[in-house]
Parts: sequence; C-alpha cells; structure tokens
Amino acid sequence: MRVKRIILIIVLGLALLFYALPVYVMVVNGLKEATNVSMATMWVLPRQLTAGGFAEAWAMLAPNLRNSLIMVVPAALISSMIGAVNGYVFSKWRFRGSEILFALLLFGFFIPYQAILLPLVRFLQWIGLYGTLPGLVLTHVVYGISVTTLIFRNFYINMPNAIVEAATVDGAGLLQTFWRIMLPLSLPAFAVTLIFQFTNIWNDFLFGITVVPNPQAQPVTIALNNLSGSFSVDWNVVMSGAVVAALPTALVYIGLGRLFVRGLMSGAVKA
Amino acid sequence: MRRVLASNLRGSAWQRITRHKALLVLLPSLALTGIFVYGFIGSSFFFSLTNWRTLAVDLSLREPLWQTYAEMLAMPRFQADLRNTVVFSVLFIALAISMGLVLAILLDRQFAGRSFFRSAFLFPYALSFIVTGVLWRWIFNPETGINLFFDLLGINKALAALGIGPLAPGWTTDPNVVLSVNQAIAAVWPRGASFQIEWGIPVALIPVAIAATWQLSGFVMAMYLGGLGGIAQSVRDAARIDGASEFRMYRSVIVPMLTPITISTAIILLHVSLKIFDLVFAMSGVGPGFATDMPSIFVFEMMFKAARYNLGAAASIVMLLASCIVVIPYLVHTFRSRE
Amino acid sequence: MALDLRGMRNVTLILAGVLLLAACQDSGSSSEINQVEVFSWWTSGSEAAALESVFESFRSQYPDVNVINASIAGGGGSAARPVLQTRLVGGNPPDTWQTHPGAEVMGQYVTPGFALSLHDLYIEEGWYQVFPSSLLSMVTEKGQPFLVILNLHRSNTLWYNLPLLADHNIEIGESLSYEELFDIAESLSAAGVTPFCMGDAGIWATGIMFENALAGVIGPERYLGLWDGTVSFTDADVRTAIETYGRLLNYLNTDHAALSWDQAVDKLIGGGCVFYSMGDWVYGELAQAGKRDNVDFGWVAAPGTEDTYLLVSDGFTLAQGGPNAEAARNMLRVMGQRKVQEDFNLLKGSICARTDCDQSRFGPYLQWAMESYSTDMLIPTVVHGSAAPADFQQALNDALTDFVVRRNVDAFANTLKREARASGFGK
Repeated sequence: MRVKRIILIIVLGLALLFYALPVYVMVVNGLKEATNVSMATMWVLPRQLTAGGFAEAWAMLAPNLRNSLIMVVPAALISSMIGAVNGYVFSKWRFRGSEILFALLLFGFFIPYQAILLPLVRFLQWIGLYGTLPGLVLTHVVYGISVTTLIFRNFYINMPNAIVEAATVDGAGLLQTFWRIMLPLSLPAFAVTLIFQFTNIWNDFLFGITVVPNPQAQPVTIALNNLSGSFSVDWNVVMSGAVVAALPTALVYIGLGRLFVRGLMSGAVKA
Repeated sequence: MRRVLASNLRGSAWQRITRHKALLVLLPSLALTGIFVYGFIGSSFFFSLTNWRTLAVDLSLREPLWQTYAEMLAMPRFQADLRNTVVFSVLFIALAISMGLVLAILLDRQFAGRSFFRSAFLFPYALSFIVTGVLWRWIFNPETGINLFFDLLGINKALAALGIGPLAPGWTTDPNVVLSVNQAIAAVWPRGASFQIEWGIPVALIPVAIAATWQLSGFVMAMYLGGLGGIAQSVRDAARIDGASEFRMYRSVIVPMLTPITISTAIILLHVSLKIFDLVFAMSGVGPGFATDMPSIFVFEMMFKAARYNLGAAASIVMLLASCIVVIPYLVHTFRSRE
Repeated sequence: MALDLRGMRNVTLILAGVLLLAACQDSGSSSEINQVEVFSWWTSGSEAAALESVFESFRSQYPDVNVINASIAGGGGSAARPVLQTRLVGGNPPDTWQTHPGAEVMGQYVTPGFALSLHDLYIEEGWYQVFPSSLLSMVTEKGQPFLVILNLHRSNTLWYNLPLLADHNIEIGESLSYEELFDIAESLSAAGVTPFCMGDAGIWATGIMFENALAGVIGPERYLGLWDGTVSFTDADVRTAIETYGRLLNYLNTDHAALSWDQAVDKLIGGGCVFYSMGDWVYGELAQAGKRDNVDFGWVAAPGTEDTYLLVSDGFTLAQGGPNAEAARNMLRVMGQRKVQEDFNLLKGSICARTDCDQSRFGPYLQWAMESYSTDMLIPTVVHGSAAPADFQQALNDALTDFVVRRNVDAFANTLKREARASGFGK
C-alpha cells in the first residue's frame, strides 16, 4: 500500500512537470527585466527579480480587467439562467417537435464564429448596441444558450419526473414549478455552466475585438494582445500580463472547483 | 416514470396549452438563435455566392454560381486545411481523453494533496489561448526550447552510444507529412493521383495537439472525476470481491460505465478542435507549407487580410458542413437512446 | 440531490463580490462631443510612445478636443484590419485610420469611397512642396491626395553582426552583390556559423527577403512593371530572382519558422546568425538593446538595390462619414507638421516623410536612410500592401509558405502570374 502511494505520487509529480512547464516559462520570464528576456535564455532564472513587468502589466490591464468582469458576470449568469429554463422545458415538457427545436438550438454551439462576424456587427449597429459592453454581453449570451441548454437538459433528464408531476398535480404552472421546485435543486448544474461560460467568455478574443472597438471599453484579452506591438514587444510585460489576466478565472476555479466536479458528478454532462 | 407523467397530462386541451406555454418560454431563445445563428449563416452563405472580393461590397451573384467553392476546393492550401482539421481533431481528442482519463483515475482515491493536483491540472484551462500559444511556441523552439533538455538529461548521449543520431525534433518547424496515404488512394481511385497535397499526418501538428491537450485535459479530467464520483462504491466492492485487480476493475467495469461521459466530452472537445484558432494562430501560424493551417485561419485571412469575402464565407460554410457530419449523428444517437 | 450548503455560500459570496465590483464602476461619459478617434496598430513600446507624442502636440494645439486612441496590436495590422474593415463595411468608421500608401489606401479605401480627399489641407499647409512627388503619386488619384504620410521605413537593408564578421576576417564595403554574399555565406557555413537570420513565424518576414531579392535582381524599373502588368512573373529575370531567394533560404537558422521577426534580431545580436535582410524597424530593436551603429552592427543596401529605396510607410486618412470631421482634419494637420514628424520618427526609429526634417537629430543609420530617401528611386513594398491589392498580397504569402518548403520555382512563378491576373493588374 505504501509503495503504491509512492508510485502514485511520482506519476502525478511527473504529470505535474508537464503541466507546470509553460507556467514556469511564463512566470520566470515575467519576472525578468525587459532587456533580459529572450528565447535563448528562456529557461534561465532571472538574475534579479523585478516586479516591473507585473507592475506595468497591471497598470495597463486593470481598467480592462474591470470591463471583463462587468461583461462576464451578467453574460455567464444570464446565459445559464436561460439555459436552465430551456433545459427544463426540453426535458420535462417535451412536445411534438421539441427534439427538432433542441437540435436546431444546439447547432449554434458548432458554428465557426468567423462566419458570422460581419452580419453580427451590422445587426448590433442596427439595434444600437454596437461598440458597447451590453452588445458584447448579448452576443455572448446568445452564443452561450446552446451549450447551457444542453447541460441543463442533460441534468434535468436525470431527475425524477415525479417532482414535476407532484407540483403540477398541486396546480402549479410550468414556470412556477421551475421557479419553486427545479431551480433550488439546480446548483450543481449552475456550477458547471457558470464555470464553463465564465472561462469561455473571459478568454474570448474574436468577439471582444470586433464588437467593442474602443480600447477603454474592451475586455482584458484584447488589452493583453495589445501588450505586444507590431514592431516591438516587451516579453516580460506580456508574460506578466498573462498571469494577471488569468487570475480571475483561476480564483473562480478555486472557489467553485469542488462544486464544478460535484455538478459534473450529478449528471450534467452525460449524453 | 415518464409514462406516468405523460398519462397524467394526456388531456388534449391541456396538452395544447402546455405546448403553447412551452413554446412561449422557448421563444426568446429560438428567436435569438434564428437571427444570430441561422440568419447570419444564411447571409454568409449568400456572400459566398457573390462577386464580393474587395472591401467595396459587391453583392452581384457570381457566374457560374458555385465558382468560388470550386476555386476553393482546388486550392492546395484549403485541401491541407481539411486534412489538418481531421488529423488534429483525432490526435487532440485521443490525447486529451486518454490523458484526462488517466489523471482522473489516479485522483479517484483519497490522499493528501488530491485537491492540489486537481487544481494544478485544471489551471491551464483558465488561461487564454492567445498566451499559451506564445508559450508553446517558445517551448517547442528546436534550438532553445525543450530540445535542450534532451541533452541535459543525457538522452542524446545514450542515443549516441547506441549509434543513433541525437533526438532533435523540429516540432512546429518540421514540414514533413508522415504516413501518407496518397498512393493507397491512387490505387483505388486513379484520380487521387492528382492530389496536390500529401494526405497523412503533418509532423508539425503533433506539438500543436500536445499544447491543446495541455490546455484541455484538465477539463476532461474534471468531467471524468464527476463521472467516477457518480459510480457507487458497491460497484467497486463487487469487482474487488470477484478478485479483480485495480487495473482490471477500471478496464472492464469502470471505464465502460463512463462511456456516456466520454461521448459528451468528445463532442465538447470536437467543438474546440473544429473551431480552433487563437492557439494555432499564436503558436505556429499557418506552419511550414501549411502544415498547421486550419480552416478558421483560412477564413480569417481570406476575409480580413485579403478582403475576399466570398471565399472566406465559402470556407466558413464548409466548416459548418464539416461539423454537421459529426453533430447530426450525435444528436440522432442522443434522441434514439432516450426513446 | 442534497445541497452542499458550504458550496452554496461560496457561490453567493463570489457572485456578490463580483457584482459589487461591477456596481462600483462609474458609467463613464460616452457622450463627449468634441473628440477624435484615431485608429492604428501602434500599441506598445516605442510605437505607442511615438503615437503619444503626436497626440501631445495635438492636445497643446487643440486643448478642448478629446483624443480616443483606438489602437489594436498585430504585426502590420493583422488584428487591427479585421476590425477596421468590419467597421467600414458596417458604416461605423473611425475618424481617421492608419494605412499604407499605394494599392492599400487607393484600392481598399479610396475606390469604395471610404476616404475623403485632402487636397484643401495639402494646399493650406503647403504640403505639395515638402513631400516628394514620387511619394505623393502613391496616395493621389485624379489630382486628389488621400493620405497624410507620417513616417517611412526602408525595407531593403541588409543588417549584419559586425564583430562576428570581423572574427572571420570579413569586411563589407559600400555595397555587396549576391555572388559576394553567397561566397561569404559559404565560408561562414564552413566555419560553422549560420549566415542568415530569419524569424518568419509571421510569413511576411520571409516576404521581405523575397521582395528585396526581387527588386535587387530585376531592378527597380522592372519591379514597378510587375504591378502595372508590363512584366510577367514568369519572365526569365523574375525566375532568377526566385532562384536567388531560394538559395538564400539554404543558409537560414533552423528555427526560423519558430521565431518572430524581432526574435531573429536577438539572434543576430547574440551571434547566432550574421546577416538579416529586413526592413529598418530592426534598427529600433538594435538601439533598444543598446547596440551601437558601425560598432556592434553594420548595414548595407540589400544586394542590387543600391539606388533604390523600397518603402514601407504609414499614413492616416480622413473618413467619409466620420463623426468628427473637423477634429480629424486638425489631427491630420498636426501629423504633417515638421516638428511633429521629427519627434515621432525619433521615437519610432524611422524617418520623416517630409524632406525638410532636421537630419542632425537622427543617428548615423537614419541619416544614411534619409540620404537614400532623398536621392534614390522610391518603389513600393508588396509585402506591406503598397504595390498590389490585398488579395494578391495574401496569394503571395500563401505561395511563399509553399515555396519555402517545396522550392518549386515553376509552381511559384505560375501561381503568382495567375493570381496577378485574378487580382486584376497582371496580364
């Protein structure tokens, strides 16, 4: 048993090496001075630690971090909420043709976003949301509906129909049942969709850059990309910036990680 | 259970009301999807049939109508893109699923440090592809990257002692395509001899698949951990009583029970691999001789660098059809298994 | 389905915190009336500083106008251009945007009617006298100029690591031919030194080496002929140029495809390779690394281009239908001022488009480049969009990607010929 445990730790340790390798490169080079960062010395520890890269990255990214938060929280919440309602209808109130509608909805998960950029911009302009964070939120919500609906449908399908049945016998309507009975039981699935959506939306680049042209209003991924210019790059700032931009998602994982796995456990992802 | 519910709700008037209500609830989502997915795709499809190939919008239809598609399919670059999507998807999904499964099984027991390892493996999923692409480009640099460790660890000395040359892969700079099946195709289909590209595995795609695996295998692990947690202890106990070894138990009892999760995971990974853009763009670009080019990069460059809107739109429609080939059977399977 | 209360509390806390943060955000004043939006791809380091110097001059002259710096990074505007195109086609243009002279500004922005004539501004500011006519011809149609040119880079420069060559007893004179260069490359290779530097993770970098070879082998007049259809890509001298470029590829650092252009400069500085056929944005990298002209590095015109200035240049347009036309005109007015151009280019490591800038403020290399600018023949770059339309530029990039691996001269020449025809300028 003892031996087994040691072997386990060694194997996990080796895997950890693989996972830590890029993080090592990122952090070590983020801590160097601008002039000392180069590919030739990428593995070498900094001769003296400089937080200058981090300070600069923080100063340049902080406003955009806030933009990202303002955008990602409502976008993740709303798309999860809509997904929950949809998933509930598709699993517990199926009607003739509902499977087809579900398939049509799910298809949105797979479209290549490059294909719809131009019509998207024109449409957002038409409804007056182009260039604004609400416009970006709307975009992320719409393209998030498909996957959140899928997750919630798979989650609810594993819940006994008797719950809904009992409520309807008591005279509760479709939405009342959802609100009073289903929603309070849905926390694990919410953990899954929230984390999934948070990560995807946080790391999105394409929509952010096309929907919001004003740098003051752009999400952090765009600002991160802007740290490297066309003809000059300070790699230490870029590497530090990467760490800074990843912090919120990492915090969400630490906060919700246990719930995430619990949510997955409760069948949210089974086919 | 469902039958009971259904019989309770059988009254036809009631059913109609419910249907209306259900539709009403779904309406906002359906309307938004109708516009943002089908409307926009429809307009992209229309663009693909027009003469629009500069910044000046030209919506006159092209003669012959399908000329842009014919032109595109004849482009060696686009053929390479189709090959790369298939090869990358297979490599990446196989690697990520096996890696995630192994990690999940290793973590499927109580011990100190379990949650630390879980968080560490999940961490790459938190990072933006734009950044990890750059990191992996550095790591796979054949002169200053990971290859240095082959020297440090004495691997190359050992190889030299065996009379073999040093281990120094070119990684993303390697233009070779291995395991080419061109001749095999030509044998059964003579026209296949005129392919302009090698149908095989571009070596440069392997490091890209490794990088993508690094990023998403933690997510796969979390999916499997969820699945493993849902398997009752009694199942394991039964297997143990039967005298099965740990390995046997996982192989013949547990892993088969995880099949539904494997399918869901593969679908989610597939949606990543079919659309992958940022990571490849930052890591290797189109690659040597288009060895790591992807349809998404093709669409991006044709639309936004070359301003060839019709060609870019056509490529995006082909990407969409490619996802249909996989998604539709999945949906059919899902509904069948529910009946 | 038991609820994990502790987990629930965590979620609530996190969500509450995040919402609180969101609520603290002030709504910001979006209805600024007196403003001007300047769209560029200069986001970092010296480029951002140079752009900021322009804005400072503007603010001191027009203190009540708010400048919106809409810059998006990406080499040569690779990420900026999608946004710009989408905005233009979508009818939401920035007031002024960065672009290259020649085919790019004329074909993409002037012909579809996205940019306005600047003739009045040129008259008011006397610019017809201070910009050379050969440069103006690249931004003019029917007597109307459409661009204010801010800076110039010379793309046909061959850089080298001076001490490393000295170690091998090699001295470079005033000029260098390809035959001499290949002799040197052979002897360096024999001594175990990598002769040429390249960082073509972005394919355009190898494109610069190609266009330098093209202009050098066929000469500037025939080079210009390629873009008006009088010279074909399958002509014998063009094939020789392609072969020359192919020979150069034999001497590159093996990791060229994994390096960006600037990382190849690091390699040159570190002695990992000797020559780099690349535009003079390299100079900014060298200066930033504290390397001294004619001590740590040297330069010479790319072989065969001694009397040619292959220009990569940036300018700004005036948007048709831009929301702040008057402020945009004033921004362009400031960009054309001599002092502003001097300050900008000193920071960016390029030279003024105006011919009356004070040379003494610039270092030895830039003085050399200014000399070349005033005396040599100006020809447009194809890699950065000045010589040919965007669709051909993309086709060239794709053909180069293929050629670098397969080295098929026939296929390369035939593809370019076909694409030139499809693009509308080839015969």
